[in-house]
Amino acid sequence: MPTETLTPPSLTIKNAAAKELVEMSRLHGWSLSADEMAAIQAHFKKAGREPTRAEVETIAQTWSEHCKHKTFTSAVRFSDGKKQIRFKNLLKETVFAATEKLKKPWCLSVFRDNAGVVAFDDEWAAAFKVETHNHPCAIEPYGGAATGVGGVIRDVLGVGLGAKPIFGTDVFCLCPPDYAGPLPDDVNHPRRTFSGVVEGVRDYGNRMGIPTVGGAIWFDPEFRFNPLVFCGTVGLMPRWAVEKSVSPGDLIVAMGGATGRDGLHGATFSSAALDDSSSPAAVQIGHAIAEKRVLDVLLQARDARLYRGVTDCGAGGFSSAVGELAADCGARVALENAKLKASDLEPWEIWLSESQERMVLAVPPKSLKALEALAAAEDVELCVLGQFTATGRLQVTFKGAPVVDLDMGFLHDGLPKKERTAVWQARPQNGSRKASGPSDAAKLRRALGDLIGHWNVCSREWVIRQYDHEVQGGSIIKALQGTHADGPGDAAVVWPHAATGRTDDYRALAVGHGLNPNYGRIDPYAMAMNAADEALRNLVCVGADITRAAFLDNFCWGNPEDPKVLGALVRAALGCRDAALAFHVPFISGKDSLYNEYLDSKGERHNIPGTLLISAIAPVHDFRRAVTMDFKAPNDPLYLLGWTSDELGGSLYAEWCGRPLDGRVPEVEAGSALEHMRALSAAIARSLVASCHDLSEGGLAVAAAEMAFSGSFGACLDLDEVNRSKEVDSDEVVLFSESPSRFLIEVPEDKERDFLKAMKGQPLKRIGSTLANPVLRVVSMDGTTLFEEGLDALKSRWRDRMPEAMTGARPSDGGKL
Amino acid sequence: MKRPVAIILRCAGTNCDLETANAFAMAGAKPELTHINAIKSGAVKILDADIFVIPGGFSYGDDVAAGRILANELKLMLRDLKTFIRSGRPVLGICNGFQVLVKTGLLPQTKTEAQHASFAANDSNRFEARWTRLRINTHSNCLFTKNLPEMIELPVAHAEGKFVVRTPKVLEDLKRTNSIVLRYVNEAGEPAGYPHNPNGSVYNIAAVSNPEGNVLGIMPHPERFIMRYHHPNWTRQTFHKEGIGLEMFRNAVTHVQN
Repeated sequence: MPTETLTPPSLTIKNAAAKELVEMSRLHGWSLSADEMAAIQAHFKKAGREPTRAEVETIAQTWSEHCKHKTFTSAVRFSDGKKQIRFKNLLKETVFAATEKLKKPWCLSVFRDNAGVVAFDDEWAAAFKVETHNHPCAIEPYGGAATGVGGVIRDVLGVGLGAKPIFGTDVFCLCPPDYAGPLPDDVNHPRRTFSGVVEGVRDYGNRMGIPTVGGAIWFDPEFRFNPLVFCGTVGLMPRWAVEKSVSPGDLIVAMGGATGRDGLHGATFSSAALDDSSSPAAVQIGHAIAEKRVLDVLLQARDARLYRGVTDCGAGGFSSAVGELAADCGARVALENAKLKASDLEPWEIWLSESQERMVLAVPPKSLKALEALAAAEDVELCVLGQFTATGRLQVTFKGAPVVDLDMGFLHDGLPKKERTAVWQARPQNGSRKASGPSDAAKLRRALGDLIGHWNVCSREWVIRQYDHEVQGGSIIKALQGTHADGPGDAAVVWPHAATGRTDDYRALAVGHGLNPNYGRIDPYAMAMNAADEALRNLVCVGADITRAAFLDNFCWGNPEDPKVLGALVRAALGCRDAALAFHVPFISGKDSLYNEYLDSKGERHNIPGTLLISAIAPVHDFRRAVTMDFKAPNDPLYLLGWTSDELGGSLYAEWCGRPLDGRVPEVEAGSALEHMRALSAAIARSLVASCHDLSEGGLAVAAAEMAFSGSFGACLDLDEVNRSKEVDSDEVVLFSESPSRFLIEVPEDKERDFLKAMKGQPLKRIGSTLANPVLRVVSMDGTTLFEEGLDALKSRWRDRMPEAMTGARPSDGGKL
Repeated sequence: MKRPVAIILRCAGTNCDLETANAFAMAGAKPELTHINAIKSGAVKILDADIFVIPGGFSYGDDVAAGRILANELKLMLRDLKTFIRSGRPVLGICNGFQVLVKTGLLPQTKTEAQHASFAANDSNRFEARWTRLRINTHSNCLFTKNLPEMIELPVAHAEGKFVVRTPKVLEDLKRTNSIVLRYVNEAGEPAGYPHNPNGSVYNIAAVSNPEGNVLGIMPHPERFIMRYHHPNWTRQTFHKEGIGLEMFRNAVTHVQN
């Protein structure tokens, strides 16, 4: 990132050649393309003057990939070899189109504010947003993750008139911390990245008093240059506070932290590739307590109805916050009114600074006094920056001198449209993963032992216990479950009324996640369908009502200027659309982070595997009936719901066999899956299920082992009883296939009849029983005992992997069976 | 019967105030969330309340040391606080509130105003959020733990929870006056090491009271166990009819009402 000491008041672009314009963009770190620079040039030619630096900076931030999602909203010509699709606006015609078609009346605010909002009950609504903070975490993991959390909290504070953050989620895609391969000098070691992002989330979330209740971590060496860090926040707001209504004449009030030189160019920096010159100076510095003070005052001011609009200062600082709030009217800002951290800031730096913990409010003049008193009572600073106007212009001055005078129409709609090319070529099917004759029992047993300790399966306790996951008193189904409170839960269930004081209301919210970049390597469409399926499976496992579920998307991709990279992105977007339509679950918000690539010193580009995270939220109508995944009693019948096919493509077992991409990628049959998922969650809500766990990475074998050692009861599984398609002819497929939409269910003996009645017509099969004896016994399809493995051995491999790598020590006796 | 007023003190970084208010409301008190600035300005008087609570959180970010800055602010109102305590009214400091009580010198209670104990970083050197087993000292005068079962479970969540004493005599005095209210123990009820003792506290100390028993500093969070559904194992046991933590708040309310 170039930093200049010289700050000319205006630029000379009117007569610059195209090449000079591009060079100017590069030099200033604007990340603007030749077309975009040309559009700016034309605009100012028409205006008959040169732009100021602050004006171009404002445009650059507003038009950045980070703020505008210009790839996702652009026209795309997509071809997959067989057919061509032309999108006028990729987002509108895929993800968003599904939401429009589903028209759920309980979706209160979708894709237009800082977070998606759904109704929770007659009085309350839930806001949900998941943000990424990938680029900052690559170069400064601790600060990047902390401000990622701070930023998504402010998104929720800045949706409508503000929601109270009641819980957080976090999802990371990282290189395994024990990575021993070569790394360039300027890349942090994965171990440092991992501990840094955990500490960043921990220190910010814990200080804010917002419980981090769930999430996921995916490990793959391909994330060594560009780690992915997704931070989510759910907030609770009164339904009257869902809409903003800014009026000309309202005062522009900035509340919270002072403005400094930290985090300049964050938005444009996040919209470019990293290379060895990327500097940590573009990463902001967070201060959780400053944000907590703002939160406390803001929610009191909301309930006293002292303001009409609010948004957070994120990327682009005041320029984007004021620009967004004033988009439909206009604004006049006097920058000398801003509270500063340093007195020598240039006006454009004040305007663009991404200093954290600031919110911008639209305050009717008559409410200012009351707001000031409220803020003063809690030591929160605020200042009146200016006023909203009806001019349709964004006008900024510093001590009377003009700094910015831009037409809102050009700022928000002047971005030149560009049609992009996207191609997708399906991988040749490779079904030759054939089993080596009769089942090799020793090999399968070894595979289970290795997979249970695999980075993508092993216990996350080392991380989870560093997060305060119970503050606010609403955590009902926690991430760690079972006899020793260390088993891997599916979805978190949180009781929002802990925040309202309505302590006799047992409605709750559940959140789940789906993510598997391995499937995306074979087909991003399948990755999207499977991610949706997995997120819903998590919700079903706790008994949430998936007819009221909503999705969030987070696309993290490489450089979309490469048509192949963009083609994969389009495939995933199509998968999202189809999953939403087939499951009847709308997307309510989303975010994309592109240019996750690293340019090494030899000039070689390293793109991340295209990665889609789908987060899902749904109500649990009575949390007193929610269930966990640990076996509850011996001799209970075990049922497997769903259909098992030969789908080892992208599975952990295929990776273990050394041929990760061989075989068919799991295919979601959403129509039938939806039916049996709904039936199961209804059965859980009727207390007919003792424990339930979905089958994901590692398939049936891993799910059964986890349920068993978490509940300290064994299990006997008869593989021949498993509902399977004809081509399934070996124990290894039944044990390790990752076919979607499947659940392993423990049914209390005395409720078996009612359970079967409730599940009539669903692909359900009894495949075994729980045992008092702490072993996992597997009977082969040919009727012989395939293996019997002690739960202690399985559990210690699962439990010890991460703490051993991170602290060099095994956890002591706490988690023993 | 009149609902006793419980002041729940707030400042920048307090974050367990609402659930503590819920607990007191369920126990029959009238919780009043009160910012420290309101006490400093004289708008609210501590002595008008029946119960005084310093809830958990990260007061002022735990900058300098956990609870240090808020403790210094409280020292400005120490005379009122001491009068409040001498009158026998309940004072409760939870987690960060316990750290504050220790750093004001109110706990362990001595004749001087000096600080005799403190908190160090957890032995694991990490923030620890986990449920702990606790053994109640049945000889203690603590009004909050009256009639509770001898063995209870409550969650901890802190990074600086290791209770340490200035001299061995401080510990001896605490023992002699039965001021050690809760100790971290294992399943068998015996004091044990990590993770049973989540922070490495000396003598496995989890909670300390004054000898009279109306001032309690407690590292675990009773307000996080006011329903049986708060327990991490509620889906597999029928043992808890309700959250055991709620009893501690009820005891405070009953004490004031009698």
